[in-house]
Amino acid sequence: MFGLWRKIWRTGRVAEPAPARPYTHQSPGSRVLAGSVQVRHVDAGSCNGCEVEIGSAFGPVYDADRYGARLVASPRHADALLVTGPVTRNMAEPLRRTFEAVPAPKVVVAVGDCARNCGVFAGAYGVAGAVRDVVPVDVEIEGCPPRPEQIVAALRGLTGR
Amino acid sequence: MIGAVLQVIMVVGGSPLLLGLMRQVRAKLEGRAGAGIWQPWRDLRKLFGKEAITPRRTSEVFRYAPLVLFATALMVAVVVPFVTTRSAVGPVADLFAVVALLALGTVTLALAGLDTGTAFGGMGASRAVTILALVEPTLLVAILALSVRVGSTNLATIVSSTLDDPGRVISPVTLLAAVALLVVIIAEAGRLPVDNPATHLELTMVHEAMILEYAGTDLALVELASAMRLTVFLGLLATLFVPWGIATAATPAALAVGVAAFAVKVGLLGVLLAAGEVFLAKVRLFRVPELLAGSFLLALLAVSASFFLA
Amino acid sequence: MTVTMVAFGLALGLCLAAVLAAAVSPPERRSLVVGVGTAGSGVAAVVAGVAAMAGSGFSLVLPWVLPLAGVRLALDPLGGLFVAVVGGVAAVAGVYGIGYSGHGLNGRAVQALLPGFVAAMLLVPAADGVGTFLVCWELMAVTSLLLVLAEHRRRSEVGEAGLWYGVMTHLGFVAILVGLLTFAAHAGSDSFAALRSAHLAPALASVVFVATLVGFAAKAGIAPLHAWLPRAHPEAPSHVSALMSAGMVNLGVYGIVRVGADLLGGGSRWWWPLVLLLGAVSAVYGILQAAISSDLKRLLGYSTTENMGLVLIGVGAAGMFAADGNRALAGLALAAALLHVVNHAAFKTLLFTAAGSVLHATGTRDLDALGGLRPGMPVTTALFGMGALAASALPPGAAFVSEWLLLQSLVHGLPPSGVGTAILLPLAVAAIALTAGLSVATFVKAFGVGFLAKPRSEAAARATESPRTMLAGMGLAGLVCVLLAVAPMVVLPGVGAVAGGVTGAADPVVRGAITLELSTVAGSLSPLLLALALLAGVVAAAGAVRAVGARHARRTARLWDCGGGPLTARMEYTATSFAEPLQRVFDNVLEPEDDVDVTHARESAYLVESVEYRRRVPDRIERRLYRPVVAVVAAWGRAGRLLATGSVHRYLGYGFYAVTGVLILLAVTR
Repeated sequence: MFGLWRKIWRTGRVAEPAPARPYTHQSPGSRVLAGSVQVRHVDAGSCNGCEVEIGSAFGPVYDADRYGARLVASPRHADALLVTGPVTRNMAEPLRRTFEAVPAPKVVVAVGDCARNCGVFAGAYGVAGAVRDVVPVDVEIEGCPPRPEQIVAALRGLTGR
Repeated sequence: MIGAVLQVIMVVGGSPLLLGLMRQVRAKLEGRAGAGIWQPWRDLRKLFGKEAITPRRTSEVFRYAPLVLFATALMVAVVVPFVTTRSAVGPVADLFAVVALLALGTVTLALAGLDTGTAFGGMGASRAVTILALVEPTLLVAILALSVRVGSTNLATIVSSTLDDPGRVISPVTLLAAVALLVVIIAEAGRLPVDNPATHLELTMVHEAMILEYAGTDLALVELASAMRLTVFLGLLATLFVPWGIATAATPAALAVGVAAFAVKVGLLGVLLAAGEVFLAKVRLFRVPELLAGSFLLALLAVSASFFLA
Repeated sequence: MTVTMVAFGLALGLCLAAVLAAAVSPPERRSLVVGVGTAGSGVAAVVAGVAAMAGSGFSLVLPWVLPLAGVRLALDPLGGLFVAVVGGVAAVAGVYGIGYSGHGLNGRAVQALLPGFVAAMLLVPAADGVGTFLVCWELMAVTSLLLVLAEHRRRSEVGEAGLWYGVMTHLGFVAILVGLLTFAAHAGSDSFAALRSAHLAPALASVVFVATLVGFAAKAGIAPLHAWLPRAHPEAPSHVSALMSAGMVNLGVYGIVRVGADLLGGGSRWWWPLVLLLGAVSAVYGILQAAISSDLKRLLGYSTTENMGLVLIGVGAAGMFAADGNRALAGLALAAALLHVVNHAAFKTLLFTAAGSVLHATGTRDLDALGGLRPGMPVTTALFGMGALAASALPPGAAFVSEWLLLQSLVHGLPPSGVGTAILLPLAVAAIALTAGLSVATFVKAFGVGFLAKPRSEAAARATESPRTMLAGMGLAGLVCVLLAVAPMVVLPGVGAVAGGVTGAADPVVRGAITLELSTVAGSLSPLLLALALLAGVVAAAGAVRAVGARHARRTARLWDCGGGPLTARMEYTATSFAEPLQRVFDNVLEPEDDVDVTHARESAYLVESVEYRRRVPDRIERRLYRPVVAVVAAWGRAGRLLATGSVHRYLGYGFYAVTGVLILLAVTR
């Protein structure tokens, strides 16, 4: 226990200072969602590269929590869907249903190149299409995988903080 | 009357702040920046602006459970002398009634979880009532220990008697009962090491699993009521064991002191709890009974102490 | 001729008339006539009981009815309370039975037995002599046994349940018989008045008390003599279950109070801790078995054991306080116990009749096959929910008030007590608390799994609401439950007076009309205001939500199924899985039996073809205590069969030897 105390004491703050607020366009539900966006992550067929970066974005260093974004366990509790990967045939219907399950107002964020335009998997036999072919997308984040800063910036665009 | 209104305002308005404070403390200890203590209020404001969803084939139980849960927390906020002992509602409910009201809240949520018919809802309900059943003996025996010397289970009477005789607080009876109550309050409020309020893994959930289907305003009510329950539990601990500052007269000055003392005491307890949680991992569900059995023994010791040391 | 006597006579007369009417009326009208007769008799009995509680009792000696002792009847306030409770249950059961009997329960014998059973139950608390009491007690046992057997042709389990019930109730009867006859022999008279004035040696008094305690505890379903109850109560037709579980078991409590506190005048101090301990063990054991039971009516049967245990905790505490000379507190404890008798009668009637309604509609009592009854049976669901709330000791429910009173008496009993009491009372509080917690779990399971969510079987999905007479009966019981929950002050002064009369407490137990205030010790509670505040809180919350969050209308959507296919009923939590954590926690007490059968593939023992897993939770007391006895008796029976070979010559030989033996004996002893 004292070891842990010492470690906490010695480590101090690991979160990086918040960068300046990025300029982003106002997304649809932003008036209601100002200051607080609960996020449900949907892996629609990703290689898990984007997942690692999302994990990092919500970790102590980038600390997306401080801008009012929080990961939740159920789409019923969510305001935003964070969709990664090209949408595989098996995940197209579940993704649609997840979108359906989120209470309005809601936004969809397509994370990574695969989610935007299927990336290297474009045209593969198991791929149904990009995220926007299945559900309406409000924000896209480019990169393969996108850097955590980009994910945090997009989320800040939603929370407005 | 003014006291009751003040208490409701303090509990309803302050409970999200308490939650925010606890999250902030935890974030700081984890090296994060934290979202600030107002974040739960922002979450609530947003949830109240979202649509509520009724899943198909659920009944009125699911629909009205958040309201009942909120109402029970509200009633406890009125009844317990957090700010002032001079309350007109004193004779309406005593410590037993308060415990039963809080249990009623758990039960409505458990029924709502079962009503959805999902596996997770049933799982959360089953675990919640199991914990409730095991918590009850400790709670009641600890109440017995506290009320035997006073000769009453009325909260205002217990508080006044401690205020009249401050030496009691450091007696073995009070200390043992306080530790016993602390353990069961942690279990009932769904904090570590019994339940992890921040978990995303359904299989480890207790409280969260029951509310997975709630959305929008329903969820807002449930979240607010849960925060209120935590405040009320900590407030109960503060009121029973550190009653100083609670107004015994109805003057504005005394009430102001009461409000400030309540805020400080509950805030301090919240900070301590949050700091303690950093050092704890959630225990396995089937280790929880051992924890509760230990607290029951402490409560029993408290009663024996109250008899043999009297 | 007092009003009590007239009403009581009317109640018995109506029962008799119903018995006769059942014998002569045509089948299509039989259940109606019997139901109306029974219900009317119940109402008259309530009037008689309440009048007797108010003080206008009667006493009657009819020397010509029974040979030797004659019949002695009297109704004092204590008897009046139990007559009123039985009458109330009978009124509901009568109305309910009209619709319920339509399904194969319309036989002449069954219909005639029902009012007979009610009459016997009304006579037991009114008996004023040992002979009368024993005859009525036996009449009650026999009629209820025959009613339990009503459906023995349809289900084989009924016969076994009847056998258990018959044997245990008669062993209990033997114990009561021995106790009361010993008492009467030493008192020199049959009448209760003579017993009261008799002075028994303490040792003898203890023998009488323990013998009758065994018999009465067996009737009340107190552990370890409860084994018949969870078998017989579920197998009886549901309105008979209600009569037995809400009416008959109370008479066991009546017997203990009557003999121990009234006839023996309190007796030795050690009796009462024994009663309290028995009560605590039954309460915890009963509710634990109920919590893991997945048969709806069996669950309710075990819950009866639990509630009778709680009542005995109160009775035991009252006896202890009275022995210590604290009469006011004794009055409070006994009032709590008696109020719990009344409350239990009300909610158990409601729960058993509602369970019968479910059985009627779905044909099953297995909670694992129920669920989703809300759309098809809205009234039954609502009424069962009310009963479950009343039974689970939460406000605003009926049991909360009586358990609160019980806890208050224990809290205030601690300070002036001795060391033994100081150890016993906290344990009693803990037992009550554990019981309350487990009963919450039990009834959340019964209501949540049995009625809410999705139907788990075809029968549950097709369920439709019961006939109106059944709903009317249940509604009546529900009304009484609500009344007892929000306005206990309607009955509490009467109950308190009865308790005061028995314990000799001078002051009334409680004061106040809306807020219930204990008059001898500090403590107050207002069930009505709590209920109103809860309602106001719900309305206020609904109004606030409407005012703040009106931007989006509520939407109906499919259940969140993790995006996969729709969730089937097989994925739901069942009653068994719901109770699994509790069962694991209390593993050492319950001793569940696990069976794992692994079938290996033919090619290799490393490949598994199928695994079969079975888990049963048998009643541990039954297995440890009864099975060996039953096995010994069965062995004796088999040994005895060697004597009976079927040869007539042999039997004639037995007769010859027996007569010769007796003659030789006579010749030698003369």
